[in-house]
Amino acid sequence: MSGFGGFVLRRAVGTVITLLAISVIVYVVFYATPGNVAQITCGPRCSPEQVHQVAQQLRLDDPLYVRYWHFLQGILVGQDFSTGTSVEHCSAPCLGLSYQGDTQVTQLILAKLPVSLSLVFGAMVLWLILGVGTGILSAWRRGRLTERVLTGITLAGVATPVFVIGLVLMIVVCGQLQLLPFPQYVGLTDDPEQWAWNLLLPWLSLALIEAAAFARLTRAAMLETLAEDHIRTFRAYGVGERSIIGRHALRGAFAPIIALNANNVGSAVGGAVLTETLFGLPGIGQELVHAVNVVDLPVVVGMVLVIGFFVVIANAVADVLYAVADRRVVLV
Amino acid sequence: MSEAIVASQAPGTDLASVPGASGARQFWRRLRTQRAALVAAGVVALLVLLALAAPLLTAIEGQDPTTYHPSLIDSARGGVPVGSFGGVSGDHWLGVEPQTGRDLFARLVYGARVSLGVALGATVVQVLVGVVVGVAAALGNRWIDQLLSRITDIFVAMPLMIMSLALLAIVPSSFPRPLLVAFVIGLIAWGNTAKIVRAQTLTLKGLDYVSAARLSGWNTWRIARRELLPGLAAPVITYAALLVPMNISAEAALSFLGVGVKPPTPSWGQMLTAANVWYQAAPQYLLLPAGALLVTVLALTVLGDGVRTALDPRAASRLRVGTGRKREAKADADSKKATADADSKKATADASAKMAATEADSKKATADASAKKEAEA
Repeated sequence: MSGFGGFVLRRAVGTVITLLAISVIVYVVFYATPGNVAQITCGPRCSPEQVHQVAQQLRLDDPLYVRYWHFLQGILVGQDFSTGTSVEHCSAPCLGLSYQGDTQVTQLILAKLPVSLSLVFGAMVLWLILGVGTGILSAWRRGRLTERVLTGITLAGVATPVFVIGLVLMIVVCGQLQLLPFPQYVGLTDDPEQWAWNLLLPWLSLALIEAAAFARLTRAAMLETLAEDHIRTFRAYGVGERSIIGRHALRGAFAPIIALNANNVGSAVGGAVLTETLFGLPGIGQELVHAVNVVDLPVVVGMVLVIGFFVVIANAVADVLYAVADRRVVLV
Repeated sequence: MSEAIVASQAPGTDLASVPGASGARQFWRRLRTQRAALVAAGVVALLVLLALAAPLLTAIEGQDPTTYHPSLIDSARGGVPVGSFGGVSGDHWLGVEPQTGRDLFARLVYGARVSLGVALGATVVQVLVGVVVGVAAALGNRWIDQLLSRITDIFVAMPLMIMSLALLAIVPSSFPRPLLVAFVIGLIAWGNTAKIVRAQTLTLKGLDYVSAARLSGWNTWRIARRELLPGLAAPVITYAALLVPMNISAEAALSFLGVGVKPPTPSWGQMLTAANVWYQAAPQYLLLPAGALLVTVLALTVLGDGVRTALDPRAASRLRVGTGRKREAKADADSKKATADADSKKATADASAKMAATEADSKKATADASAKKEAEA
């Protein structure tokens, strides 16, 4: 098959295979590790009876591939769990039961998802505006002081760890200047104004770091386009500098920006974990850190899979968008 | 896409990537001309020295990083250090930690050992795995290449923070923690290195001198070791130089979240977590680890940029940003700056943009390769 449709189809199939492979790797790594999985899952304070019960729930006597098959079945069609006395149905997509709160992992994630999505998407809007804007400005003012200053700032931005800038922002803005209250998550549907107001600092700390990378990329891509022959031709025809920068050079930067944006979803999710922990936002990241600290394996595995799912999908979408934006891409 | 065609199109004629003594000399000469990189190299050297000399320095100070000093803590004021500036004195050069009274200078320099050590260890693992997988994919048959490339893709897609966070949860706490953190970071984030190595190896493989070696009956292993590895040095060193600061951030982030290096081993990330509570009463407690982290990561990033420019000066002639005849002269001056642009693009691309990375790298690889080809001729 050839052409654009075939490319999208092949990419979709590849994405499904990648997702399956990730689920196998994650499952095997977490459930085939040395050490008593039942004991780890149950926690250090469990009695031998409880450990035995957990071992039965996890079907630890079955071979690993059978257990993985059940796990996969749970995701696709749902699964029943016997919790000693009663049977609990966990409908698809079922990621298992948490052993700390006996809640279903899927429910847990769904409850926390809006916070993380608010954080990441809000920050994404900010970092695209800030980053691309800065990049355009430095490409336009190339060779001037503005560009040199911006280049320095973005280099520092790329190098700064997200939790350092978050910490500094929180201390300066909330602590010293008291311009904003310490962030406390308010649902978007409850109170949109308070939602944005409270997320402003987390957005900024996440966006400032990512924006720096975009600024550098945008500037470099635009400068490269500016050096190309067709731009010289535009200039020869008398096209103004504003139009050359704003329309023609920026077009050359589109494809790499799209690619970087999708690939940054992964690092942004990682940054979101730090941001949520730092600002105390009750999102997936904070829950993951909690689950890791109490070694709640089903929650950890479920969260890793969900996050991996988003990242892989984002990458696939980016590949397709990249091909749309830049027809020179070889469709293989 | 035929590599030979691409190679002949590549504009680079520089001999920077030619291995050997003259290459190393040229590298130093080029690195020396970059003021920012030199300053950064000085800062990095100082940090390494501080880390190495940590036991000596704390012995001179007469402190160690783990002893509690309850007498230096003002419990009436909620546990802040006695005295001004967080208890700075002749005995405690940078003051003491709130609540515990542990010596901050000692914790900071011992923290530097953890930070730099873990980052270097992780980089070594990343480079080893990346080179092995990348070379194997490039030299193996179609199926091996497909398999390894897909595995690489999966590892590129995995978010480092999430995976390492999760993995650190299940390893028994008896395992030496700094070593474990280095291994976890290294074993997750080797994907981009492998991609770069594969692209470069594919280019090198198509060159005449490698074909000559093959025709002489050399086996694959010998070709890989004698003919390919020297050609891989430049791109691998370049990328490794950028990996070190990333790994420092990763370690600090994990320790900040409480899953990285565990107490009582001091680490900058841990100090930040603790400082989060004390920022009002004892602000310098926050500024020390944050500042140390910033300076270290920034210096290493700038140095990495410099290393790349020194190894890849071809970029300097590639970009012309002149806008007309009047600016033609200025363009030459600008081209130096443009190097940085091309570099910064490569940096971000290498680090994250998957497709852009492969593109940029294969471009770079082919350019390096063509340079080499001309050297051979």
